[in-house]
Amino acid sequence: MELTAVTTIRKPAPEVYAFWRDLENLPTFMAHLEAVRATGDRTSHWVAGAPFGQNVEWDAEIVDETPAEKIGWRSTGKADVPNAGTVRFVPAPDGVSTEVHVVLTYEIPGGTLGKAVAKYFGEEPHQQLDDDLRRLKQVLEAGEVVRSDGAPWGKRARAEFPQRPAQPLSDDELAKGADR
Amino acid sequence: MRANTWAGRNKVEVRDVPDPKILNSRDAIVRITSTAICGSDLHLVDGYVPTMQDGDVMGHEFMGEVIEVGPSVSAERLRVGDRVVVPFPIACGACAACAAELYSCCENSNPNAGIAEKMFGHPVAGIFGYSHLTGGFAGGQAQYARVPFADVGPLKIESELTDEQVLFLSDILPTGYMGAEMCDIRPTDVVAVWGAGPVGQFAMDSARVLGAAQVIAIDKEPYRLRMAAEAGHTPVNFEEVDVRSRLLELTGGRGPDKCIDAVGMEASHGSAHIHAYDRIKQAVRSETERPHALRQAILSCRSGGVVSVIGVYGGFLDKFPAGAWMNRSLTLRTGQCHVQRYMKPLLERIERGEFDPTRIITHTLPLDEAERGFEMFKNKQDNCEKVVLKP
Repeated sequence: MELTAVTTIRKPAPEVYAFWRDLENLPTFMAHLEAVRATGDRTSHWVAGAPFGQNVEWDAEIVDETPAEKIGWRSTGKADVPNAGTVRFVPAPDGVSTEVHVVLTYEIPGGTLGKAVAKYFGEEPHQQLDDDLRRLKQVLEAGEVVRSDGAPWGKRARAEFPQRPAQPLSDDELAKGADR
Repeated sequence: MRANTWAGRNKVEVRDVPDPKILNSRDAIVRITSTAICGSDLHLVDGYVPTMQDGDVMGHEFMGEVIEVGPSVSAERLRVGDRVVVPFPIACGACAACAAELYSCCENSNPNAGIAEKMFGHPVAGIFGYSHLTGGFAGGQAQYARVPFADVGPLKIESELTDEQVLFLSDILPTGYMGAEMCDIRPTDVVAVWGAGPVGQFAMDSARVLGAAQVIAIDKEPYRLRMAAEAGHTPVNFEEVDVRSRLLELTGGRGPDKCIDAVGMEASHGSAHIHAYDRIKQAVRSETERPHALRQAILSCRSGGVVSVIGVYGGFLDKFPAGAWMNRSLTLRTGQCHVQRYMKPLLERIERGEFDPTRIITHTLPLDEAERGFEMFKNKQDNCEKVVLKP
């Protein structure tokens, strides 16, 4: 499965590139990622979260990189869901913004895991990545992922539709957080 | 705290809900001193805006005192104790839309942007108390509200002006003003405004302030037309006269140079069968709007003129007079108001006495009587033009 998405962020390319290149930032905006830990200059360990029903982990390495322009990576070893990705940072015509073009590929396995992955991506797999990039834009332009009363948990907004009502959260709800 | 909530179609209910808390670092919490019921709240209550949920706190016109600020709000911009008016669109101040002062199209303030994008092609800004399509933010018909991006939106009021004089800077005064501004008014212009509700009244006042030669008010409620006439505008009752003929008569056969639709999706039509046509299509959801005012504005406008739309539309409409629009070189301009752009200049105009926003207030009620306020406003009882609620 190949997913593509694009957004424009009102920040210069080197800044957007630098944020992405620190792979540990990715879980702040990518819904399916729990954590990414750098294990070397070009190697990292990725953990995908609960929606898969089981923690899916893999190692990845950066295989292609041009500072401020492009990062390409792929999973290494025996990943449960072999995957690869490329992100390109292209200066936008306005002279201040950067177009972020993302391509992700997943080799969906058979069996239970494959079904869980397919279910997670749902009928509109592209939407997930579109929303990821929307949050990247929020983080870089506005400082953090925007929360509302109806969608208070950032990355889970889409998964939780219909949402909680647009009224303030109780102390209990806030204490419980996203992991209800 | 007490808050007025959506409780299903045609039903609002004041309930106890939790107090708001800081959720993002650029938030502020405002203790609300005055809030209002807007005509667009009626679209929500009447069930014409999708993605409302039981318990949603309503209201997007409010002001009050800052009682808490998030860690990223600088003290120079806003501090506890400040008296502020809060604009209804939530805007980050940093995206390309905000940089172009298109605040109601902010690209970052709507956590449900994906849903809005499906409906509108591109997403729109978050709005307080205005469905989950615009973010699912609790509104301001309440004792307290959380205000995101508090370092961008709220306007500090440092003079002695009353709440009633400045409250409408949150929405309807800038909305009416933008409606007039989009008309590029010249001193020789006759401006016709469809709808003498609160936004329509302010569009008329704005057209006058911007120098129009004559301003015409079109409505069917005698008390609303009287209110417009008292402010110096020329009333036309569409239930008593044929609007097109009357407009031709008033303009020497030319038609108004500029036309403003301050009605939107739930218009009435003087002709019962035309009203029924759109009302039925709307009821069976094959059309979401009843665009009588817009159609009439397009057909009435002088060739080469501007039709400015500030009445709210939410979906799709039928029988759009594209022929008149195209062949007669009309310009159609519109937008949810970019309130942040207008608040300061309009505050100065209020201070100079160019606007008297209090002239439209007919009812002031305690928040707990919000339901009665909605009832009166919707059914135009007791000559109701504008309801201000006091939490």
